[in-house]
Amino acid sequence: MSNKESHWVKTKNHMFVTLVIWFFFSIVIFMFGESINNASFLGYPLAYYMSAQGSLAAFVILIFWFANKQEKIDDEHGYGGEREDS
Amino acid sequence: MFKGGFIQNLPKIYGLYTGGFVVFILLMAILESAGVSAANIGIMFVAFTVVIYALIGYLSRTVQVDAYYVAGRQVPTVFNGMATAADWMSGASFVAMAGGIYFGGYTYMAFLVGWTGGYVLVSTLLAPYLRKFGCYTVPDFIGTRYGGNLPRFCATLVLVLASFTYVTAQINATGTIASRALQIPFELGVWVGLISILMCSMLGGMRAVTWTQVAQYIVLIIAYLIPVFWMGSKLGNPFPHFMLGDEVQRLAELEASSGLIKNSAADIKAAGVPGGLKYISNPHSAVPAGGMAVWKYLSLAICMMVGTASLPHILMRYFTTPSVKAARKSVAWSLFFIFLLYFSAPMLATLSKLQLMDPNLPTAIIGKSIAEVKSIPWVQNWASVKQVFIADFNGDGILQLNEWFMRGDVVVLATPEVAGLPYVISGLVAAGGMAAAMSTADGLVLAISNCLSHDIYYKIIDPKADVRKRLIVARVLLVVIGAAGAYIASMRLTSILGAVAWAFDFAMSGLFFPLVLGVWWKRATKEGAVAGILGGLISGTAYLIYVGPKFMAQTPWLGIDHLRFGIIGASVSLVAMVLVSLMTKAPDAATQKMVDDVRVPSGRSVLGKQH
Repeated sequence: MSNKESHWVKTKNHMFVTLVIWFFFSIVIFMFGESINNASFLGYPLAYYMSAQGSLAAFVILIFWFANKQEKIDDEHGYGGEREDS
Repeated sequence: MFKGGFIQNLPKIYGLYTGGFVVFILLMAILESAGVSAANIGIMFVAFTVVIYALIGYLSRTVQVDAYYVAGRQVPTVFNGMATAADWMSGASFVAMAGGIYFGGYTYMAFLVGWTGGYVLVSTLLAPYLRKFGCYTVPDFIGTRYGGNLPRFCATLVLVLASFTYVTAQINATGTIASRALQIPFELGVWVGLISILMCSMLGGMRAVTWTQVAQYIVLIIAYLIPVFWMGSKLGNPFPHFMLGDEVQRLAELEASSGLIKNSAADIKAAGVPGGLKYISNPHSAVPAGGMAVWKYLSLAICMMVGTASLPHILMRYFTTPSVKAARKSVAWSLFFIFLLYFSAPMLATLSKLQLMDPNLPTAIIGKSIAEVKSIPWVQNWASVKQVFIADFNGDGILQLNEWFMRGDVVVLATPEVAGLPYVISGLVAAGGMAAAMSTADGLVLAISNCLSHDIYYKIIDPKADVRKRLIVARVLLVVIGAAGAYIASMRLTSILGAVAWAFDFAMSGLFFPLVLGVWWKRATKEGAVAGILGGLISGTAYLIYVGPKFMAQTPWLGIDHLRFGIIGASVSLVAMVLVSLMTKAPDAATQKMVDDVRVPSGRSVLGKQH
């Protein structure tokens, strides 16, 4: 497998993992909103908390993690150099 | 003091600017205590900030094509993050969101999840690849990837429809705020708002809009957070975001004791409640029961997320970064800056609701006698402009929860007054709302006019046009589109929220799959893209007309109402695009190689610097 191909395979897998985590915090949690709302976090009902802050914070962390890890993948394959912009 | 270039000095410049703005707020506070009237302070706040934005717009003027279209591709990640956040957070986010949560509770917060989760899609699926492509506009990508003028034209159609729906709402919001702060009629306020918007964008295009949006973000975030923290401290929670658990529980108790009574439409009509005013009938934190409620929540979140990843005025902000790496990081910073406001909105809603409802607080009005409530100055102020209303349905002379009507915007705009904060805070909030609405309107008007001037005029009508002519056309279109938006806004056709959600649905119907598959599926063909764009757009629009309450108002299928019509449009778009692509000949080798190049993050961009 060429360097280019293995870079793309890793990039695709990384995208896939990121979207699974995204799916969990944006969809799966709220499928069970009614039952998890009985639990509490910082004194807030859990589903309310996730909708008001929790999932939002998870997305922020997720995107920073995604960008850093993708940069590592790029570096490993020699694509990390700053642009040669034109 | 300023060694080196403009870009190196950005932190210093905006640091000074922020300091200057804080000094201005303090100055206003001093003037207020010296007896300057509240109205004059409001005028100074709005006028001063708008003049500063116009000055930045003037200083960023340019005659270069790449500076005009993509800010010279040299905007650092963090600053692009702030600019995107301002571009993103509209008058609706700033003024109406806390009010939406106030009345809608948990159900409404699907918007919060949708408007933040969409950025995960932007960063994983689109932004880095579009940056590598090196396009000036979103249809520029569609047109080059699929080849030919037809896909380019179809993408332009979706862009104009989605952005124009959105921009009228924003110009409407600038008009509302300008008319209130400057005390002029709404129709005039709309045109004042438009002139302010054009002053920021006309001379410098994307470069000017970028640097004004950073300035507008700073104003709007200060204006949003100060009242939240101040009110939190007054109630003994200096950092309300982590300390309002008890307050949320308390609201649930108060709701249980007063009961969430639903008024009948006939009662509301008989009492003469002005249009657009609402009362609390949804629980604040409780999750409504049943599968349909879950689907309603999820479908709204999905529409907003997918729509976010298709809105051209957001995607084009990531064309301005120096590299692919910077584009990715910049998405993360954008969401961070958006998060600062969004996770404060539910806290603002909680605090202001509690202040009105909790009988133990001096600001409470629910449960008091109506005569007493009607004598409170802020109630009189807002009642006189028909923003609040009291209807004594049971005739007992006591104000119940279901008898207090209010417009959603009042939650943000009047909360400082309700909590007894000085007027300078209300002036600050008005300046923040103006910044939010102006920055979004600027991004949208620019997205439309850049697309028409680049994709329609230069790429289709007159490919030989020189730089001077192209930039003149771009500026003329900017003025024409702004004026058209202001004209429609001045006729007040739609409520702010309806129009905003529609823009997301239009964008996701026509653009999401053609963009994503253009990067992620080499087999996607020109015919497939055209089928995807037109199929999505036509089916989505037809469904909107079918269920839209102002159109045919038929019963929605599976709860997919007019706020969620993108679900239908995007599904049709996906199926049409895949089927037609598979039925037509695979793209040629040159196109396949172009897609390969887009997937490599380093090296030269696919399209040249001048194209």
